[in-house]
Amino acid sequence: MGLFPVPESSEPEIMEPQYQATTKSRELPMARSMCWHCQSEVTGEYLCGQCVKVQPLSKDLDYFSCFQLPRLLNIDEQQLEQTFYELSRTFHPDFYSTKDESEKAISLGNSAFLNTGYRILKDPIQRAEYLIRLEAGAVKDIRSNPPADLFEEVLELQEDLETFRQLAPNGTSSELEALRTKLQDEREGLEKRQAEMEKSLQHKFREWDQLQGDPPDLSQTREKKNTLLRGMQEILSNRTYVRNMVDDLLETTG
Amino acid sequence: MGRIVGIDLGTTNSLVAFMDQEGPHVIPGPDGQTKVPSIVGLTDNGLIVGEPAKAHLIRDPSRTIYSVKRFMGKGLDDVKDELKYFSYQLHEKNGVIRIEIGDKTYSPPQVSAMILKELKRRAEEFLKEDVSKAVITVPAYFNDSQRQATKDAGLIAGLEVLRIINEPTAASLAYGLQKKTQGLIAIYDLGGGTFDISILKLKDGIFEVLATNGDTHLGGDDFDQRLVDVMVDGILKTQGLDIGKSPDLMQTVRLEAERVKVRLSDETHTKAVIELPDGKYEKTWTREDMEALTMDLVERTLAPCRSALKDAGLHANQIDEVVLVGGNTRMPLVWRKVEELFDKKPHSELNPDEVVALGAAVQADILGGHTTDLLLLDVTPLSLGIETMGGVMSALIRRNTTIPTSAKEMFTTYVDGQTSVDIHILQGERELVKDNRSLARFQLKLPPLPAGVPRVEVNFLIDANGILHVTARDIRTGEAQSVQVKPSHGLTDDEVEGMIRDSFQFATEDIKARQIIEARNEANAIIVATEKALVRATNLINDKETESIRRILQQLGEVKEGEDHRVIRAKIAEAEKTTHHLAEVLMDATLKEALESKKLSDIIK
Repeated sequence: MGLFPVPESSEPEIMEPQYQATTKSRELPMARSMCWHCQSEVTGEYLCGQCVKVQPLSKDLDYFSCFQLPRLLNIDEQQLEQTFYELSRTFHPDFYSTKDESEKAISLGNSAFLNTGYRILKDPIQRAEYLIRLEAGAVKDIRSNPPADLFEEVLELQEDLETFRQLAPNGTSSELEALRTKLQDEREGLEKRQAEMEKSLQHKFREWDQLQGDPPDLSQTREKKNTLLRGMQEILSNRTYVRNMVDDLLETTG
Repeated sequence: MGRIVGIDLGTTNSLVAFMDQEGPHVIPGPDGQTKVPSIVGLTDNGLIVGEPAKAHLIRDPSRTIYSVKRFMGKGLDDVKDELKYFSYQLHEKNGVIRIEIGDKTYSPPQVSAMILKELKRRAEEFLKEDVSKAVITVPAYFNDSQRQATKDAGLIAGLEVLRIINEPTAASLAYGLQKKTQGLIAIYDLGGGTFDISILKLKDGIFEVLATNGDTHLGGDDFDQRLVDVMVDGILKTQGLDIGKSPDLMQTVRLEAERVKVRLSDETHTKAVIELPDGKYEKTWTREDMEALTMDLVERTLAPCRSALKDAGLHANQIDEVVLVGGNTRMPLVWRKVEELFDKKPHSELNPDEVVALGAAVQADILGGHTTDLLLLDVTPLSLGIETMGGVMSALIRRNTTIPTSAKEMFTTYVDGQTSVDIHILQGERELVKDNRSLARFQLKLPPLPAGVPRVEVNFLIDANGILHVTARDIRTGEAQSVQVKPSHGLTDDEVEGMIRDSFQFATEDIKARQIIEARNEANAIIVATEKALVRATNLINDKETESIRRILQQLGEVKEGEDHRVIRAKIAEAEKTTHHLAEVLMDATLKEALESKKLSDIIK
């Protein structure tokens, strides 16, 4: 094998935090200010004003800016979809089939970026994880230890799961069925907990969005934001842990 | 830019379509049929494709290839459970199945290319122009190797494949265009060898695929096989004949099974009759018999439907419309089961055999820049990942991700001076490498530096065809690296090149086979027309002339079974000369006109 991926590097490249949360721009930053083809100046349009060639999106572009959305956690999903469709009509490779290789390549790259952005922003959890990375520059932290308050419970659960896996191939038995019922109850408990976490996340999302109205340069605002970001990150990684447990249970016990 | 055609390259039948101002149209052959059976036969005079090859299937089963789509992008191990269904010999070379017929060996893309060439020729004849560009459909659940193999088939056939498009999404395009549908639709596509389900959102001309799922080992062929098994058993019990050992009889039973299946969609019972060397076998089939026998197959399609709904985050009752695609969805049992699942009457206003080809033609028109208001946003059906420590697959791109899409992964070394890492690319949903599909391997070159210092970023990009492209870049120097990806179950570029060259060579041989077929068809037409003419002209010509015409018709009938088209042509010319007077007389009598230059077969249809 000899395979040794560097774990954190699979994340998309992220720009430095910029507080332009409430400005709603119709312009997208392009890779450079000059058209790659005719060298004329490109002013934030996707297509060159002179030669109408498609321009590559800037490497510094973040998904919120790409979709012309403020950096909020509750977003207008209708608008997100509409912008996605509009930009797809601009960038999709289907419309560059008769163009030259450079334009095809740019269309492919822009489209791939757009699709990834849409997928992340559409999902509230992925959207929050992305925003935290963007704001705090934090590396996505997938917790490998269970959350403190779940520790005992999870240990027992792991043991039961292991026993279940050993028993299952031998066909049904009363012991297996009792264990199945127990594990299903456990799963319901975890699902409830997951729902609670999501509720408190919702609460924090609203808090975050309200903060965006505050003057961004104040150290007080900065501090509040950092506290919130840390809080959200904590819940998000606990939630990921719980969800993985639930998935594991579902897969094993059906 | 020449016209781009849309091609449905099916397991049992293939079709070609084009689009004009009025909309998409399927191109019929000279016989008016739009379907070309996906069958290729090797005769002593070269290759034959389509309907003539279907007849060849019974005459010479070991030299007739059908259902080749099942082998696209696969190794022998992948199809070992299905081998008994096939009357031709298979082996494997470099991870790719090879088909032996006669003393020749073909890869599945080569055989598919023969079918594509037939469609290309058909389109060129109909459109009266060269056709060199095409959109070809594949099952949505096809993996990267199967898509690549389809693209290779196009290349070998002399077609530039502008896009590989998923069959259910193609069908949705044809439907959306026709009905101006909006909302959530489910496309249930049961083809000859594959099953697909796709859930789409249609809004303002955007066709966004939300999720897709399927089974590439489940199709109409499997339904036929159930009937075949019963009849083979019946023949053994009633006649004491084991036809498992005679491929030609097996093919007869197979064709009869298919016929029974088709009939039972319209009728509640039908009779199968199979001529055997000593007597015949008869069996009355009822629809209930068949449904009991194939219930589990239909039920097997429901699990992928549920998975697709789950991935789309939808409940079955949220779907606004359910569309049935593929000839096998004509079975009433399929209708009932689908209606039960979605709690909605499915529909199929467009011909389920043609709708995929029609959609491919619409997509061709979009790529040609003529249709600009429709856009298809499709997804990759399977997760893409790489092998990591411990034989575990680490997913980089999840299934049902909208394409094109890309993912980056950084690689470094763990030993000082290490100069390469081996990367194994996989596709599938399972955790362990061994349970997933191996797509390709490549060796990434690294500069000889202390462990952990080199940083090479590999970009995995899935294009709009669902086909993977891999590029690499040294982060420290910013330089791009070339990556030589070796497909696990695909042809190398050199092999494809060689097959393109071969196909030109085959082409000259195949002309011979085609000339015979055309001469035979013409001879048949003349015989039929002349016999009709003789009836009508009873009192217009004398007995002697009638006698000589009958004689020449009989000779033509004998000659046309021969294998030399020149002999047939010569006899046709002779027949035309002999019947010239008859034609004149008939013309005089009926039209009161002299049409000396016309041939008899032109006058009497």
